[in-house]
Amino acid sequence: MINLVWLVPVLPLLGFLINGLGRRYLSKSQVGVVGSGVILAAFVISVMIFLEVRQPGFSGQVVTLFDFINVGRLQIPFAFQVDQLSALFLLIITGVGSLIHIYSTSYMHDESNEGFARYFAYLNLFVFSMLLLVLGANYVLMFIGWEGVGLCSYLLIGFWFKNASYNKAAKKAFVMNRIGDLGFLLGIFGMIAMFSSVTFSEVFSKTAALGAHSNYSSQIAIIAMLLFIGAMGKSAQIPLYTWLPDAMAGPTPVSALIHAATMVTAGIYMVARSNVLYTLAPQIQTVVAVIGLATALLAASIALVQNDIKKVLAYSTVSQLGYMFLALGVGAYTAAVFHVMTHAFFKALLFLGSGSVIHAMGGEQDIRKMGGLKKFMPTTNWTFLVGCLAIAGIPGLSGFFSKDEILAHTFEHNKIMYVLALAGALMTAFYMFRLYYITFTGSFRGTHEQEHHLHESPVAITLPLVILAILSIVGGYIGLPEVFGVKHWLAEYLSPIFAPSAPFIEAHHLEHSMEWLLMGLSSVLVIIFIFIARSKYVKYADTGRENTGLAKVLENKWYVDELYDAVIVKPLGMLSRFFQDALEKAGIDRLVNGVGRSITWGSQQARRLQNGQVGFYVFAMVIGIIVLFVIGLLL
Amino acid sequence: MPVQYYIFLSIALFCIGIMGVLMRRNAIIIFMCIELLLNAVNLLLVAFSKMWADAGRIDAAAAQIFVFFIMVVAAAEVAVGLAIIVMVYRNTHSVDINILNRLKN
Amino acid sequence: MLTVLLILIPLVTGLLTFGLKGSGPKVLGLISSLASLAVVLGALFQFRAAPDTLHFAVNWIPQLGSQFNVGLDGMGVMLCLLTAIAFLLVFITIFNRTYENQSSFYGLMLLSQAGLVGVFTAYDALLFYVFWELALIPVYFLCSMWGGEKRVPVTFKFFVYTFAGSLLMLVGIIYLYLQSPDKSFSYATFTSLNLPVKEQSWLFWLLFVAFAIKMPIFPFHTWQPDTYEQSPTPVTMILSGVMVKMGLFGVIRWLLPVLPQGAFMWADVVMVLSVIGIIYASCIAIVQTDFKRLIAYSSIAHIGLMCAAIFANNEQSLQGIQVQMFNHGINIIGLWIVVEIIQSRLNVKNLDELGGIAQVAPRLSIFLVIISLANIALPLTNGFVGEFLMFSGLFQYNMWLMGVAGLGIILAAVYTLNMLQKVIFGESNALTATTTDLQNSELLALSLIVGVILVLGVYPKPMLDLVSSTTELVNKVF
Repeated sequence: MINLVWLVPVLPLLGFLINGLGRRYLSKSQVGVVGSGVILAAFVISVMIFLEVRQPGFSGQVVTLFDFINVGRLQIPFAFQVDQLSALFLLIITGVGSLIHIYSTSYMHDESNEGFARYFAYLNLFVFSMLLLVLGANYVLMFIGWEGVGLCSYLLIGFWFKNASYNKAAKKAFVMNRIGDLGFLLGIFGMIAMFSSVTFSEVFSKTAALGAHSNYSSQIAIIAMLLFIGAMGKSAQIPLYTWLPDAMAGPTPVSALIHAATMVTAGIYMVARSNVLYTLAPQIQTVVAVIGLATALLAASIALVQNDIKKVLAYSTVSQLGYMFLALGVGAYTAAVFHVMTHAFFKALLFLGSGSVIHAMGGEQDIRKMGGLKKFMPTTNWTFLVGCLAIAGIPGLSGFFSKDEILAHTFEHNKIMYVLALAGALMTAFYMFRLYYITFTGSFRGTHEQEHHLHESPVAITLPLVILAILSIVGGYIGLPEVFGVKHWLAEYLSPIFAPSAPFIEAHHLEHSMEWLLMGLSSVLVIIFIFIARSKYVKYADTGRENTGLAKVLENKWYVDELYDAVIVKPLGMLSRFFQDALEKAGIDRLVNGVGRSITWGSQQARRLQNGQVGFYVFAMVIGIIVLFVIGLLL
Repeated sequence: MPVQYYIFLSIALFCIGIMGVLMRRNAIIIFMCIELLLNAVNLLLVAFSKMWADAGRIDAAAAQIFVFFIMVVAAAEVAVGLAIIVMVYRNTHSVDINILNRLKN
Repeated sequence: MLTVLLILIPLVTGLLTFGLKGSGPKVLGLISSLASLAVVLGALFQFRAAPDTLHFAVNWIPQLGSQFNVGLDGMGVMLCLLTAIAFLLVFITIFNRTYENQSSFYGLMLLSQAGLVGVFTAYDALLFYVFWELALIPVYFLCSMWGGEKRVPVTFKFFVYTFAGSLLMLVGIIYLYLQSPDKSFSYATFTSLNLPVKEQSWLFWLLFVAFAIKMPIFPFHTWQPDTYEQSPTPVTMILSGVMVKMGLFGVIRWLLPVLPQGAFMWADVVMVLSVIGIIYASCIAIVQTDFKRLIAYSSIAHIGLMCAAIFANNEQSLQGIQVQMFNHGINIIGLWIVVEIIQSRLNVKNLDELGGIAQVAPRLSIFLVIISLANIALPLTNGFVGEFLMFSGLFQYNMWLMGVAGLGIILAAVYTLNMLQKVIFGESNALTATTTDLQNSELLALSLIVGVILVLGVYPKPMLDLVSSTTELVNKVF
């Protein structure tokens, strides 16, 4: 089965080709069947691969397809890595992916035939790129997927390309990703320069072998940092996070798939994959942890006051990604991957739920104009509530276990970080329930027409919601902490991946009593914050009052966009215009033309000597002869 | 007679010729001055030829052939030049070279 | 013999074309370019079977010690292939257009093809120089007769600029010739001269300026945007797709092996200039409003990277630059074809007047998107392989220089996406709503290009293998 792993990415590619080339000839149902079918098929194969990989004692396997780049000692094959980590990601991508594809068949039904096919073609292409990203057996292949998902994200954000502001958001996403990609590329080049290889197995074994020698630690740190810059771009961390909220311009299922469940977790995948590099560069790990924590807090604070349903979820995503990086930074690689998985479930659920709401509201995204949707859309309501409970970290749901694991590891690592992370978690609980209560409870605040139109969504939309809700509830049980007296299944499953860095990590475990205490503390606080949110927003009425003070700063997202605009975008434009007008036209070109012009001018001057006066010529001749005589006499 | 005399005479003739060409405006006078220049050179050629012949170089007489060449060319030149001047005079009733620069345009 | 045939086909058909009327030149041009392509493919297979059998030499001007010495190495085969494909694409694209004085147009095009192939095959410095000029002069006539409004001053500048460079090169070649022990212009003699470092250092500039102008790199580039803007688009395709490669080719084939120490001495200066050029041209491309000028500046940025990669001179960068020469040629010709199509339909090239073409001409838009993405080196397009290797080589030479050059990747994304947004996305206006989608000949040309882009993007190995022998040679000598 593992040798057939190439089928997993090839199937979505096939879907892309069929939908892309046949967009004029296929009907919507055909497109939907092809688009979702290939992903489902890929999911089935992924499950089979997973079943093989989860056997104890399975060690990673590399399936080489063909040589990609061979230059001297540098060999970069087109090869796929099948191991515990990639198998798990395959499951998440194809699993959540197929649910979202099914959801899209209904959600995008209002598009024209061609637009519908184009949408599915892009979505399939995205899944293909994402699968390349996680399956690649070397960093270059990962980079191929990495840029590929960036491209698909660009295409899907700008899916409604007639709208100029959507295009702008798409462009912003692509350019910011490219900034990160440059870091990633530099990291790869560093690897090539240092190890003359980019293959995972070789790089990791060579790094581990060097690990003890401190002479190389700075080089390893540089590579780790450069790779992390790539992760910052893709996973929307400070300072490259501002594209993600804008990316909500795309269709909602796209936000669920790309900007919540899969693509944005690529950075976490990459750091987890390269765990050896990071373990051996503790200073960079600290950077990762600090940036992750700062992002988590910043984004959570912005999410507190946003009124666009998708924007809240977007900032929430940024914040959760911050937690994952915090986990990576404190060396809790398993916890990070765990959170990627649970987050994929509940955030996809929340986005799809918001899509269902937006669909019912006829495209309205402002939660101030919603309210009381509970009675109109029961299924959406309860699944959304499950999602909120999961992300807030109510005991028993998936989010609780993964988030708690991150918090516990942070506590081991650094107490101040723990406090801040806990504060972030409480903010999460607050803003999620603010969102929930404003949207689903109280009275409806929209127009009558909208109210008349309100309805529960069709089954193609609710079915994925229900499945994801169930997963959000039970997904956490694969990673039950050891305090419950069971083995941490996920940690054991992933242990071969993190084995190379294990020798360099000092193992220290919390007392069980301490762990219980932390769990209790966070649970109690989260519930208190949910109740605060309830008391404030359950009977929300839109007062139309302008925010002031801190709330206004938060509403304007700490003015970061404005800052970037003033510090980077505007100066770049000015520089370009300076180059264009001053340097190019008035400088170099004038210099070049000046050479020509001075020759013309000189010729015009010389031409005056040819005045046609024979007497003058004779005179010049005589003078010339005399001069020659004088010279002849002198020499 | 020492050759220096011829040289000085020749230089004098040449300078007169040059000055005439440079300063006079009457085409015929300029023409005559050019003849003067040519003849200054002729004189020099003959004088040097004689000098070398006296010194025992047999082939020195050959230099005098150039004089004949120059005379022939000068005669041809006079024929053409005077014809031009006559034509110019017929057209403009003047032989002043300064009004001839009309040709320039 | 194949090599000679490669030069003869366009030369003979080119001369014949001048006498033809009606659609004769078109057909003959197409046949000639197809024949050239067939011969190149033949040469390619022969090269892979027996690399050294493609040389041919007879006495040309024995009094000067100059031979008609032509041959093909891996890089030569690749560039001849590019030339053949480029002319074929151009002739396919313009098959449905009529130009005034058609026979001269096609005749001059074919003559310049002969010159280009000659440049890529010459193994004799004098012959190289002759072909260098032969390629230039027809282009001068093409631009000055069929170009835009400002064609006369612009082509004049172009001609004088490149010709000045050529003359400096001629001086350099003659000096080298005088230094040679057996008074010969042959490649073998030139490469074994081993001149003193001091002489190499100033000779380097004599030759390099010619190549630098042709490429062009900063600050010798100002002829280029004007010329690209004013030339008829088919000529621009040849200029930017193939002719700028003459400069890069000249550096790899002649400059590095003949003056290795000179090149080593000035490598840093040239690389800094190139990297400045990358950033500078990319920035200017961002604020361009003219479609053609935008592509022109983007090309300057790409060429800057290639020039830097040559002088970084390690295996990866050399492999990368050679592959990129081919790929850049294909991609930029694709872009020009799209420009030509849009311009012939709408007669505008100002980006602000365009927009919304994706709604009315989806096929054209898809092709433009793919080619633009290849132009910014997205993985799995042909542009990626070359740029990746070049950057990697550059990184090994100097990390900081590469970091600055790498900013070009970001800026390239900015200007390319700007361009896409202004041309195909957004709402269509009264003008662009009339755009008709691709005709058959255009579809064929663009499909060929996209085919090459994707095939070489996914499986670049054949191309890398083809040029590896040249890389080894240069890397060893330098």
